[in-house]
Amino acid sequence: MIPAVLVFAYLAIVLYIGIFAFRRRSPSIGPDGRAAEDYFLAGRALGPMVFLLSLFGTNMTAFTILGSAGHAFANGVVTFGLMASSSAFIIPLTLFFVGTRMWAMGRRHGFITPVQMFRDRWECGHIGTAIFVVQAALLVPYIIIGVMGGGTALSAITSGFVPYWLGGAIVAMVVMSYVFFGGMRGTAWVNTFQTVLFLSFGAIALVVIGRGMGGFPAAIETLLASPASAPLITRERVSPLFFFSYTFIPLSTIAFPHITIFCLTARRMAQFRRTVIFYPLCILAIWLPCVFLGVAANAMHDTPRIEQKLEARRTLASAPASMSADERAALRRRAAGDDVVPIMLERYAPLWLAGILGAGIMAAVMASDSQILALSTMFTEDVFAFYGGKARFGEAVQVQTGRLFVVVVTVVAYVIALRAPQSIFDLAVQYAFSGYSALSPLLFAALFWKRSTKWGALAVTLWVAFAVIYTATTPGALAWFGLMPVVPMTMISCALMIIVSLATPAPSASTVARYN
Amino acid sequence: MRGLFLTVAIIGLYGLHQDIWFWRTARPLLFGFLPVGLWYHAAYCLAAALLMWVITKTAWPTHLEEEPRR
Repeated sequence: MIPAVLVFAYLAIVLYIGIFAFRRRSPSIGPDGRAAEDYFLAGRALGPMVFLLSLFGTNMTAFTILGSAGHAFANGVVTFGLMASSSAFIIPLTLFFVGTRMWAMGRRHGFITPVQMFRDRWECGHIGTAIFVVQAALLVPYIIIGVMGGGTALSAITSGFVPYWLGGAIVAMVVMSYVFFGGMRGTAWVNTFQTVLFLSFGAIALVVIGRGMGGFPAAIETLLASPASAPLITRERVSPLFFFSYTFIPLSTIAFPHITIFCLTARRMAQFRRTVIFYPLCILAIWLPCVFLGVAANAMHDTPRIEQKLEARRTLASAPASMSADERAALRRRAAGDDVVPIMLERYAPLWLAGILGAGIMAAVMASDSQILALSTMFTEDVFAFYGGKARFGEAVQVQTGRLFVVVVTVVAYVIALRAPQSIFDLAVQYAFSGYSALSPLLFAALFWKRSTKWGALAVTLWVAFAVIYTATTPGALAWFGLMPVVPMTMISCALMIIVSLATPAPSASTVARYN
Repeated sequence: MRGLFLTVAIIGLYGLHQDIWFWRTARPLLFGFLPVGLWYHAAYCLAAALLMWVITKTAWPTHLEEEPRR
């Protein structure tokens, strides 16, 4: 009961933050405009701490707390090197090179979305629409997963008292409300609050569980002593080439529209300084406890729910070739470790901490707010405004259209979440990461390569659309030489941008000069 | 010269992520419980933060900083 009360209190707080942000609209908005900038970009006026914590929070999804521990439970310490330390290096580096320049071009030319910049930089119209379509298609699975995660988490935290359909509806309503009213300002403040919760939770959980387990050294020695679990403490089960491939995945971050758009919200460029320096430290603070706890859970043989998972894993490892695909899938589900951190807290932590964990999980699964706002921003700027809506109806109607789009997207995501199996969208999100990594050459070319052209951009966009569909529908596709598909996808994107651009006419000198 | 130093540092740190020399070993354990495959990459995060500090100190794009707002 206590965890459920704390989670509902959390939902009330984030709702209040969104509405409070609505009341704090920029006083500089006159009748002539900047209403769109204020709603979609928080008036380009976010302060340094909100910029850092919110940007980090935007990247913290349900996977960070639950999925990372689950991955480490099954695969061992390699999870941290695969997903955390590579991100700790690549993401701030791209923020430094691409984010700062994107911020400057946004301020110089008034851009609100990356497609607006692509259209201007490459002197194109409909090619920008094609980029919008691919970006939007890759973003939608995230929003659906967020609603599904909300329903599942709320149902689990209230021990089934709130059913899945109602949990999903409550979470969708709360997210929709603070995005609807608060726009970027509300979303950024909520993300800041969530990040503070994440950072506090990780440290507390580690200390409490460590004490409960009788100290981590004993747990690690237990794991090392068993031939079945000792490989989890090394990385011998993963090939170095696969490990190398993963360093391409963080390239997706800067290409995600919600991150690119967020780069435009900083009041001053100096706010990127703290962000790029502290980003690796935030990753360390969140991921290290989650990964370590996931690995340590393998030593909890005295906990029936963990032992059932280990038993399912052993059965799967020794399964005969004749075992059906359905039986294997059922065993994989039983062996999955996404809930090991909640189990550890239930076993070792007091109720109040379980409640904070519940709020932390809700914060993680509600990370779809930024994606909903980004999709709304892209639609109103790249489609509604570009095809004459803003000129015909004015900026106030444009913002109202954006708000209406937030409602429509949330309702559609909720309806799909009720009807479709989650596994489909889990898979879609995985391919979306590769897709956005392969789209990142668009940003690099637009900002740094004068000779790049709209035809090069179109070739990259079509290639990414094809490659995502191809890899998602054909097992083993593009997994060349043991690499993950993201590597050839990104390399081919780069090659297409270079070859096609050199073979087609460059944009006018006056346009290129505006990007110096 | 400064550009060359930063380029080498960035490529070098990227290369250090691929620590195949600790691939099949758990020891030494830091504080008695953190396997080398974990603490090496935790230290890598600290090194990344340090490099980001150096980059922002020595290669900050000041020419972009005072963009006039349209």
